Amino acid sequence: MAGKVKKVVLYLVLSLLAVVCMVPFLLMLVNATRSGREIMTSFTLIPGNSLKDNWNAVFGFFNLFQGLWNSFKVAVPATILTSYFSALTAYALAVYKFKGKNIIFYTIVIFMMIPGQLSLIGFYNLVSGLKMIDSYVPLIIPAIAAPGTVFFLKQYLESVLPMSLLEAARIDGAKEITIFHKIVFPIMVPGVATMAIGGFIGNWNSYLIPLLLLNTPRKFTLPVMIASLNASKDIGTNQGAIYMALAVSIVPILIVFCFCSKYIISSISAGSVKE
Amino acid sequence: MADSKTKTSKKKNYNNMAYVFVLPFIAVFLIFSVYPVLRTLQISFATYKGFGDMKFVGLKNYIRVLQDQYFWTALLNTIKIWSVNIVLQLGIAFLLTIAFSDIKFKLKGLGFFRAVYYLPNIIAATSVAFLFKTLLDWRYGTINQILAKFGVDSPINWLGQPVTAQLSISLIQTWMWFGNSFIMLMAGVQGINKDYFEAASIDGAGRWKSFYYITLPLLRPILLYVTITSLIGGIQMFDLPFLIGTVNGEPLGATQTAIMYLYKFGFASRPKQVGYASAIAYILFLMILIISLIQFKVMNRKED
Repeated sequence: MAGKVKKVVLYLVLSLLAVVCMVPFLLMLVNATRSGREIMTSFTLIPGNSLKDNWNAVFGFFNLFQGLWNSFKVAVPATILTSYFSALTAYALAVYKFKGKNIIFYTIVIFMMIPGQLSLIGFYNLVSGLKMIDSYVPLIIPAIAAPGTVFFLKQYLESVLPMSLLEAARIDGAKEITIFHKIVFPIMVPGVATMAIGGFIGNWNSYLIPLLLLNTPRKFTLPVMIASLNASKDIGTNQGAIYMALAVSIVPILIVFCFCSKYIISSISAGSVKE
Repeated sequence: MADSKTKTSKKKNYNNMAYVFVLPFIAVFLIFSVYPVLRTLQISFATYKGFGDMKFVGLKNYIRVLQDQYFWTALLNTIKIWSVNIVLQLGIAFLLTIAFSDIKFKLKGLGFFRAVYYLPNIIAATSVAFLFKTLLDWRYGTINQILAKFGVDSPINWLGQPVTAQLSISLIQTWMWFGNSFIMLMAGVQGINKDYFEAASIDGAGRWKSFYYITLPLLRPILLYVTITSLIGGIQMFDLPFLIGTVNGEPLGATQTAIMYLYKFGFASRPKQVGYASAIAYILFLMILIISLIQFKVMNRKED
């Protein structure tokens, strides 16, 4: 009996914590439908009828859909490049014997520990030297070299790839690159997907580097655009519009999360088991 | 003889393909990862405005960083914000792990709770920063309105006083990250053989005993890993405090973190002091390196 009471209390605590996780989003959605004045004077969970006004105020100030599209244009190619080239590099390191292999591997391990933000200055200096400020190229191309992903996929490949399969394909006369595309990559898909999800979220949410590299407001990715709310006088005082802008930036990710939370969570578990 | 020779040369051919496969990675890696690291090192020994000439000044920038009380204040702010956060984040994650791994409770709904607890972590820190900045507004914010309904009559100026501003950022960080820690700890527990718990239970070990003697020791490496990676991430804290406290870390510099201080000299000040910012970067990097080395030492000792 005492055990049952304990269990009920435990479920209550767990549910309370779940509410704490969701309430800020709920308040955001409710407030996005209320006028700035209503929000300032009282609190309620009943939606108001200023949805359209707030929407117009936000899109009169900036085009958030452009921001969503810009983020998409950066995050999707970056994720594809990371997935493909990390898989290819991991394949080379796991399967072949060649000079310099160990040096490459240890350099990868060392660079996994060097925090990216600390080479920010050299990176900015390089990009401006290459005359690539305000371009998406330096936000996308570096994704080809993702040391952490290569490391993970190499370990993954070594545990799932039967070498006899490669030998068999070679005897059949398949080219090495064809073996990778037709045989190895399909085997790696679960591992690649795990890394791709994490990589996509990281790219999508990235703020500091796009902030430094992009100058033209039309080119801003979503986080940089949202951050520009800080500088605005007219919209900054209208809380209804701020909540609306936040809702537009957050709701797409919430919807994606509803469908693939399982995969996202397994990608974190994978990260911990690796250690 | 001839046969075996063609065979080995063919095998060598296979292996040579590896160079082609790693080439794109190596090229991009050298240009966009290795070069910036070395370039930052070079700039750290010079005075540089971001354009024009670079003047070599030896260790002058480094000496200045070490003597700069504002740098140490920024680092201390970072550590304060991080420590409150990590204690809460790991504490909550730990209690959740104990609850869900208990073989007597057999709680249901792990998948659901795990997803909800993780939810705040996938939202961009910029959106989270604005959401809380608006919710925590002193005069018109929803959180003070809710508190007023519970009888807190004088509104709390969350983001206007140094201590509450730091605390607010710690709490937002905890809100964003406890689900992540919980998932990692839970993955660790699920890797523990269930038989241990059964055996302990048969031997009459209670809930806390089996936690203390089985779960805790086996979770130690993951716990350490989560703490260290969180510290390394914490030293680099930027988005949240930058958007809440702006570049000067309002109020009174209390929310200025080490990377915000670097940003100020490297990108925001006029004229820029890029050499100085680079020296800050390398001093932070040395600190992270030392922490990582300690991590390796501690981990390896555990394995022996």
